[in-house]
Amino acid sequence: MAAAATCGAGAGSLRSVAAAAAVDRSSATSFQRKGPRAGDADGRGPRLVSIAGTRPSVRNGQLLVSTGLPALDQLLGGGVAVGTVLLIEEDKYCTYAPLLLKCFLAEGVVCGHPLLLASAREPPARLVQELPAPLLDGSYKKELDQDGCSHPAADAKVQMKIAWRYQLLPRKEVGPVSSRFGHYYDISKKMPQELLETAQWHGFFLPEKMSSPPTAEPCHLTHGYSKLLEFIKKIISEEGVDGSNPQKKQKNILRIGIQSLGSPLWGDDVCCAETCEHSHSLTKFLYVLRGLVRASLSACVVTVPTHLIQNKAITARVTNLSDTVVALESFVGLQREINPLYKDYHGLIHIRQIPRLNNLICDESDVKDLAFKLKRKLFTIEDSEE
Amino acid sequence: MFPELNNLLDTTPDKAEQGKLTLLCDARTDGSFLVHHFLSFYLKANCKVCFVALVQSFSHYSIVGQKLGVNLTMARECGQLVFLEALKTSLDVFFQKPAEPHPLQFLREASAENLQPLFAFVREALKPGDDGEATWKYPVLLVDDLSVLLSLGVRAVTVLDFIHYCRAAVCVEWKGNVVALVHDSRDTEDEENDLLLSGLSHQSHLILRAEGLATGFCKDVHGDRSLTYQYKIQDKTVSFFAKGLSPAVL
Repeated sequence: MAAAATCGAGAGSLRSVAAAAAVDRSSATSFQRKGPRAGDADGRGPRLVSIAGTRPSVRNGQLLVSTGLPALDQLLGGGVAVGTVLLIEEDKYCTYAPLLLKCFLAEGVVCGHPLLLASAREPPARLVQELPAPLLDGSYKKELDQDGCSHPAADAKVQMKIAWRYQLLPRKEVGPVSSRFGHYYDISKKMPQELLETAQWHGFFLPEKMSSPPTAEPCHLTHGYSKLLEFIKKIISEEGVDGSNPQKKQKNILRIGIQSLGSPLWGDDVCCAETCEHSHSLTKFLYVLRGLVRASLSACVVTVPTHLIQNKAITARVTNLSDTVVALESFVGLQREINPLYKDYHGLIHIRQIPRLNNLICDESDVKDLAFKLKRKLFTIEDSEE
Repeated sequence: MFPELNNLLDTTPDKAEQGKLTLLCDARTDGSFLVHHFLSFYLKANCKVCFVALVQSFSHYSIVGQKLGVNLTMARECGQLVFLEALKTSLDVFFQKPAEPHPLQFLREASAENLQPLFAFVREALKPGDDGEATWKYPVLLVDDLSVLLSLGVRAVTVLDFIHYCRAAVCVEWKGNVVALVHDSRDTEDEENDLLLSGLSHQSHLILRAEGLATGFCKDVHGDRSLTYQYKIQDKTVSFFAKGLSPAVL
């Protein structure tokens, strides 16, 4: 990945990270730090730096971050790869897509990753206040039992083990709340204020940034998109995730979340008419966004109301320009809602595309019929055949 | 490169045909494994390769290349491979106006009139050396992929013109080869893409199609003969077998 190159360690570094991590994870019963991590005063170089909230992919050593939904992580081959863009095709009434975005951002808060939130609809500050509360230290298992869900027992046991180990480590005042990969979130509760205060986030609210009158736009993107790209570039370099300042501080992953890209609120008419004036704005934006994300230690989740895009060709192009694509289809207001097969579920989730990064093959899940349900507190994904 | 694919196409790096345009086409699946095949094939054949990589980063191809037995970094250093990493260089073009014509200049225009700067880049990369000494066998242009140009505001006719110019220079003048990947968008009513695909199909000597099926994969090879094989991608190679003879079925 280009990200590895900017770390200054070359293509082999990801494999060495994988090797180091494999050694740690294989000894699950004696999960101990081997010694001071590089990046401390040891000064042995950034070769084995492990960033909180990330893990290497089993398949190709690619660095992954969690989406905030462990079930979704599993379906995507372990998580979202750093340097890639995950596109979420919104469900019709945009009920569940914002939830996925919030889980992704909440995961960033819990892992201590800086966030970049962009929205044309609501102020990012409000979005941050609405992030779900994490279920830490195994309390999620109680939630699952209460809801009577058939969560695979094996998974639960493994995660309980790791959670228990972390209970023994002293709580740090500054730093990620939990170094575990992937957490469960209680959708009915808001994230506690003390946790939110530790979060570093940068917001982009379109109405605020549009104060300067639009001049002739370079590259002919809509004004909103150009401003957003410039903002993202600025934050990437501020946070140092583009490797521009290797001595600066502990390496971290920037999580970028963009809400409802392509909707008319962004000044784009791709959802309004079949032949639109800015027909290439959205696709150009995604291309440059992917370039920015590839060249830095960031992971991006974008939600797009593809059901509103009139021109199917543009939807296909948007899909091709993203690395991972997940589509949500909710049953709200549909006849199918009363279909006995789907009566327990709130909608279907389709994994449309998984990237083949640094590899000829990708981790395609064998199960294609997946349904999701929003229980009282948890968002779960299950094989709808069972 | 995949030995089985070489057998099917009846070629080896030593005796590949020259002056040909090969079209790689994928429908409902990811045909990039074919790009990896041809990249390693031509590097092993000791050709000078110009790779216009519009969708992935250098390290991606490099890591897969290592599995297929070629070292892209070394090839780039010794001049055998000229690599245009569009994802990275597009940022330079996009955020500030370049001082001189840049191959990705079309990004700055609403609807690019022509891809002249990109062609100039390819020409510069592949023209035979003036010293008369033949270090490399023949030049090869590889593009991954052309459909993304349509997403960036370039019209299908402009892309067809660009490929025509490349063919005139690389295939006819310098007796090299051109390989390009295009997505097949039958299901998605992408008229521009259909135009591009049919225009290129008409010009090319060999068309390799990768088609996705629900449970397996299928590949059609159109050349002198029309053959259909099924393929399965593994970690380091791709295995091909005639329809119905997949290990899963037997």
